Amino acid sequence: MRHITLPMTDEERASLRAGESVLLTGTIYTARDCAHRRIFELLDAGKELPFPLASSYIYYAGPCPAPEGKACGSCGPTTSARMNSFAPRLLDLGLQGMIGKGEMSEDVRAAIKRNRAVYFAAIGGAGATYGNAVKTCACVAFPDLLSEAVYRMDVENFPLVVATDAEGRSIYDR
Amino acid sequence: MKAMREIDTKEIEERVYLMARRAGLSLTDSCRHALECAKARETGAAEFALSALLANEETARREKMPVCQDTGMSVVLIELGQDVHLTGKPLKEAVDEGVRRAYEDGRFRKSICDPLTRANTGDNTPAHLHVELCEGDKVSITYLPKGFGSENMSKLYMLTPAEGREGIIKSIVETVKTAGSRPCPPVYVGVGIGGCFDSCAFLAKKALTREVGSRNPRADVAAIEEEALARINELNIGPQGFGGKTTAIGVSCELAPTHIAGLPVAVNIQCHCVRCEKETI
Repeated sequence: MRHITLPMTDEERASLRAGESVLLTGTIYTARDCAHRRIFELLDAGKELPFPLASSYIYYAGPCPAPEGKACGSCGPTTSARMNSFAPRLLDLGLQGMIGKGEMSEDVRAAIKRNRAVYFAAIGGAGATYGNAVKTCACVAFPDLLSEAVYRMDVENFPLVVATDAEGRSIYDR
Repeated sequence: MKAMREIDTKEIEERVYLMARRAGLSLTDSCRHALECAKARETGAAEFALSALLANEETARREKMPVCQDTGMSVVLIELGQDVHLTGKPLKEAVDEGVRRAYEDGRFRKSICDPLTRANTGDNTPAHLHVELCEGDKVSITYLPKGFGSENMSKLYMLTPAEGREGIIKSIVETVKTAGSRPCPPVYVGVGIGGCFDSCAFLAKKALTREVGSRNPRADVAAIEEEALARINELNIGPQGFGGKTTAIGVSCELAPTHIAGLPVAVNIQCHCVRCEKETI
């Protein structure tokens, strides 16, 4: 299986094909419903974000608390479609990709294509596998949101499938 | 007069605690079996997804980590024998205390919040507790941690009697089709048929506590389960929405008499991560 290490070059990202399985290693940021709302409030107010958007990857996930001796608890993906209204603006601001589960909207697909970005599908329900692959985990914003806060994670060999590639092709197309 | 059996609700709290701890860490045997069978049928990305899920459950058991990070809303169904006299703290408090302790000690995710402010209650309570009185002097507890990626894709239909059997099956298939890749397919589909607006939805939830692959004892209902499952599996949504033969691992229907004017049908979607514990005191 193909190994990918973040940050990825533009060429490397453009070479990914929808349907391809990969193992991803690198730094990603979690954000789900509530965190996205807060991020948008900051953007609307012209304030600085607590993490860099440019060249970053957002993982739609809210982990379980870490058990003793581990960086993170179970941490599989949540349903990406709930972030349909948020993703295009973030992609236009430089976000390079998202990780989640399930199909996203046509607007998101267009934004991925426009920005030559990528959307990866993690295997929904494989929480223990992903949690184990998290090597470091630190809350970088909105700690009051508990599992919904933004966590910066260094992950190793995350098993993913390219769901939407830079050309806008999607594994969910039939 | 028949003597009442006394049960301290502390015992129910303990059972709920242990059941919640166990449920978070593993799939039911019938669910695992269904996923293994599905894996043998699939190829490509679908097979990759199912292999990953089976390997994930092994990891969860070995590492004592929740099988899915969505450790769910705690659904607790209690069948309370009418010859039981409960003592100690109120039943609802006992159940919530069992859930609260399990989610803390198990390092489970606390996922319950205020619907408007979205402020997290911080301990996964309140549980959704449903009590039914029944004959006898036993207390049967069913614990179902319900994830919401799939719950969000559930639907309630108020059909007309004229829509009949075909309308029921169409509603089931349409719900799964609309859900598409979002609820973590292959899904387990709980269906309520009949009753009224609220009891129908509850029947659908109850259907999910049945073993995956079980059939309703009524032949005409079992035939609906089988036909709906076959038609769902022609949708080619497949595991994780990657395409394939397995969009659902089971359909379970529960029935109740309804009004002459109506035909309520509730479709409660459960993801492939079926976690459910049952015990009797």
